[in-house]
Amino acid sequence: MTEPLIYELSAAGRRGALLPAIDVPETALPAELLRDDLDLPEVSEMQVIRHFVKLSQMNHAIDKGFYPLGSCTMKYNPKFNEDMARLPGFALLHPLQDQDSVQGALALMYTLQTWLAEISGFKAVSLAPAAGAQGEFSGILMIRKYHQERGDTKRTKILVPNSAHGTNPATVTMAGFQAVELPSDANGDVDLAALRAACDDTVAGMMITVPSTLGLFEGHILDVIRAVHDCGGLMYMDGANMNALMGIVKPGELGFDVMHYNLHKTFSTPHGGGGPGSGPVAVGDKLKPYLPGPVVEIVEPASDEDDAPLYGLRMPEKSIGRMKAFYGNFGMHVRAYAYIRIHGADGLYNVSRHAVLNANYLRVKLRDTYRVPYDRICAHEFVVEGHFPDVENVHALDISKRLIDFGVHPPTNYFPLIVPEALMIEPTETEDKATLDNFVEVMKTIAAEAREHPDRLRSAPHTTPVSRLDEVRAAKQLVLCCRPIPEWAE
Amino acid sequence: MGSWNTPAELKYTKNDEWLRIEGAIGIIGISDYAQDQLNDIVFVELPEVGATFQKGQSFGVVESVKAASDIYAPVSGKVIEVNTALEDEPEVINADPYGKGWIVKFELSNPVDADDLLDAAAYAAYCDSRQS
Repeated sequence: MTEPLIYELSAAGRRGALLPAIDVPETALPAELLRDDLDLPEVSEMQVIRHFVKLSQMNHAIDKGFYPLGSCTMKYNPKFNEDMARLPGFALLHPLQDQDSVQGALALMYTLQTWLAEISGFKAVSLAPAAGAQGEFSGILMIRKYHQERGDTKRTKILVPNSAHGTNPATVTMAGFQAVELPSDANGDVDLAALRAACDDTVAGMMITVPSTLGLFEGHILDVIRAVHDCGGLMYMDGANMNALMGIVKPGELGFDVMHYNLHKTFSTPHGGGGPGSGPVAVGDKLKPYLPGPVVEIVEPASDEDDAPLYGLRMPEKSIGRMKAFYGNFGMHVRAYAYIRIHGADGLYNVSRHAVLNANYLRVKLRDTYRVPYDRICAHEFVVEGHFPDVENVHALDISKRLIDFGVHPPTNYFPLIVPEALMIEPTETEDKATLDNFVEVMKTIAAEAREHPDRLRSAPHTTPVSRLDEVRAAKQLVLCCRPIPEWAE
Repeated sequence: MGSWNTPAELKYTKNDEWLRIEGAIGIIGISDYAQDQLNDIVFVELPEVGATFQKGQSFGVVESVKAASDIYAPVSGKVIEVNTALEDEPEVINADPYGKGWIVKFELSNPVDADDLLDAAAYAAYCDSRQS
């Protein structure tokens, strides 16, 4: 069953809400901006509610079902986070308020900076980046400025392993560097010989995803860091997969120079349409002066233990500047703070242990049914091949679509590119054994169907309001409008 | 497995481009294996005529419903013609990768560049090796 567009529900003269009387002086709008053909749907409040509730019910969400979308860490977002973010003292702040009147919010940001530094083993953190991609971008801009200030301008390359997040080479390119792809070895680790051959005085740094998109913790991480440092480059760790490492590994202590977090993955702030994201960057001593700002600092220490310090916003000394207006996505800071506070150190350690345990449980349960190309102890996720040697023309995409019929969100498919027909599976720590066992059964059922009724996969999904979508048309036909485009919008 | 077409008269790269040499001209496209792996191709970014590329340099992009992939120059040369038909019908690469799906023509600047490319048998074996 499909739902009509809200424009199709419209009837002339119907209205949803009555606007209150104006309580400020009325100012005439500029005549050239006035128009009488404003094309908006006319619907009642009830229609609006039902329309959007129905649409939301057609969606898949972690609150409705299992969501093993690799790399995205679709774990449960505790409702407690939402309660905290809705406290009026946080929710009703205005970013232009006097700093004296927002000391509680600044204290929260300062504490979150401190905790994120502690968890990652770095010296300082900026909460400014609006999401992971911006965290990456600010990290690479810091590396660029570091070399520039030393006059070391021949460093134009950044090394990126082929098991990195797809955003990494994009970030490198956007920051004006040349991305140099490094191969992986047979174990899925960085090919050390290729790395050493690439290390010279034109290398500004290396951007490595740990654990990688194969879900593997780099086997010779210290050798990798040493090789890059020895040639004068800096080490960037894509920390989007920190969900696997909390309380286990501190990247700053391994020797990394900079890392970004995704609060919307590791620390359970909402994402995937419910965002926005948040991508704080953490740095060691070398890059601390370059952090994007503003950062929160203590302006005046507390005079005694009953007193609170005075917090203030400051731009770091040689800052690369602002990443966005104001102070990062503050609502996400509140949620991540609440999550860390509720869990404590032991709780976060258990989050990572269970994320790793769940992934390894599924890997071992599935490896006799689906080929696992790098079959070793994995971190928070693993990659299987979504095809069968004895079945023609059944692909990872068909398996993914068939999973929808069983109420499971498909894994990430066709990434990483180094695995044919890749299905990247990340169960997260918030699923219990019964859910994991059900997923294993479903995956085995689908593998059996691939042999007995392959068309069931090729034409899936069957239980959704619309079945298999035309992805080619979606990619090629870019102008979508159900009604003629009005003249003023052309 | 191993059902990909690899015409014997062409040279291939490990990045899945093919090269057909006609005198001083090299015609370049992507292989049957590449189009099969990419699945439905929806967009091709072509280089400018007159641009020069070194062997191994990226000169364009092929985008499918699955992934976007750079296309690398199998040899050094100057672009003398691009297949503008691909702008409206990129799916031609899926249907006819070695014929109507050609991507660019290079004037070869260093014809010996082609010497270390794979021949059809070696390339076919390389495709098989990636399918475990």
